[in-house]
Amino acid sequence: MLLIYSNPESWASLSAEQREGLSRAHQSLGQELIEKGQFVSGAGLADPITTRTVQVHDETMSVTDGPYAEAKEHLAGFYLIECDDVDQAIAYAARMPDAEYVAVEVRPVMDMSGLEM
Amino acid sequence: MSNFELLLREQAPQVLSALVRHYGHFDLAEEAVQEALLAASQQWPGEGVPDNPRGWLIRVGSRRLTDLLRSESARRRREENAAQLAAPEEFVTAGPEIDDLAGRDDTLTLLFLCCHPALSPASQIALTLRAVGGLTTAQIAAAFLVPEATMAQRISRAKRSIKQAGSTFELPPETERDVRMGAVLHVLYLIFNEGYTASSGTSLHSAELTTEAIRLVRGVRKLLPDDGEVAGLLALMLLTDARRPARTGADGALIPLAEQDRSKWDRDAIVEGDALVMDALARTQLGPYQVQAAIAAVHDTAERADDTDWRQIVALYDVLAHLVDNPMVKLNHAVAVAMADGPKEGLAVLEPLESDDRLTSNHRLDAVRAHLLEMSGDIAGARESYLLASRRTTSVPERNYLQSKADRLT
Repeated sequence: MLLIYSNPESWASLSAEQREGLSRAHQSLGQELIEKGQFVSGAGLADPITTRTVQVHDETMSVTDGPYAEAKEHLAGFYLIECDDVDQAIAYAARMPDAEYVAVEVRPVMDMSGLEM
Repeated sequence: MSNFELLLREQAPQVLSALVRHYGHFDLAEEAVQEALLAASQQWPGEGVPDNPRGWLIRVGSRRLTDLLRSESARRRREENAAQLAAPEEFVTAGPEIDDLAGRDDTLTLLFLCCHPALSPASQIALTLRAVGGLTTAQIAAAFLVPEATMAQRISRAKRSIKQAGSTFELPPETERDVRMGAVLHVLYLIFNEGYTASSGTSLHSAELTTEAIRLVRGVRKLLPDDGEVAGLLALMLLTDARRPARTGADGALIPLAEQDRSKWDRDAIVEGDALVMDALARTQLGPYQVQAAIAAVHDTAERADDTDWRQIVALYDVLAHLVDNPMVKLNHAVAVAMADGPKEGLAVLEPLESDDRLTSNHRLDAVRAHLLEMSGDIAGARESYLLASRRTTSVPERNYLQSKADRLT
């Protein structure tokens, strides 16, 4: 799982050219991952302003506007891809302009296969 | 798998070989065979199986392939590829009679092609299952839990890569054959493992992969009855798969070897696997699959866990360590030494592995260390290592197992 982080300041400070470059980079990376048969799923997420946070306490649901975590950075998008190893995933993450502007996290996904110990 | 489906799958590599021999165009021929298999699975149940199923499939596949070759896109592809093919005349000389060319070398040639070094392991697996195993893209995607579109892309890309590498439909030269055979066996081993390690809580399709891998290795063994490593791999699969009914609890929880209900093990598979590996060890050249199978046989033939002949297992790991340089082998070796000579000796074997780069942050190292520390009475150290292992694994059943081991040590 590649988790793309962004923050409002860094996004606001991008020039039109950089924003275009960003979308071009994702388009070509996505296309390449699809062609290689490594793309499982992915999406860009809407601005944090659209976030609703859901909590259930004592069986009562409450919904608040805005993100749950008080952080400067927010999750801006994700790719779920199948790689041969972590190094390959890191190389893909490094090709995203987001890695230059803020950061991209690479995390393995849990699965149900296991070996008896 | 129904008998009917089995019949179709067994025909798949022979039909494909016949088409490729006759027409070339491995990629399109593979496509045509899939369509012929699909047509058969729709028509035969109603109309009955034809007298000559292979002939029927070859005829339908040929028609479909001719259509594909005639189509506009195929013509474009041909033009593109004319420049890439090492020996285009290969494909214009029609071979002898198309009907019965399928022979021993063809299935092997097909396996070598699907396990071509230009492909990643994931692509080799996918292509082998489709071209040699006769599975559909949907079945392979389901077994590997990826979207069908992803798997379809992977397979067509693999076929393109083979084409670009300039591979033709012939056996690799003698000098390369051992290395290429190693790749084929490794791919079959990976297919098996994918199915075996799938916990019972997941897709049934995964369990089918072990059956499929065993079927494919049986096929290779028929072609190469004197190859010790082929026999060794088949024995290893049988002896491992024999334990499948006992390796997971009702909720998919992993049950370690020592605690498995041995009455649930598949006796027939154990007898067959044991005989296979004994025969191979006695009369063929030694190799790592045979030694791993021999280790599995020692475990499987022990009446109770306490009866396990750990000395023999240690000796076999010593042999294996000379054949392959694999840190996982050394981890298992450490466990065997601990069981045979005591935890202190096992920990001494583990010591150099702590600084092996290949095992850095590998949860199996933490799990083995935890196990040996627990045996030696260092409860606090064991607990710490179990927790570390449980955090490092990406497997849900392993995490749950390691977590419960840690919980029991408080």
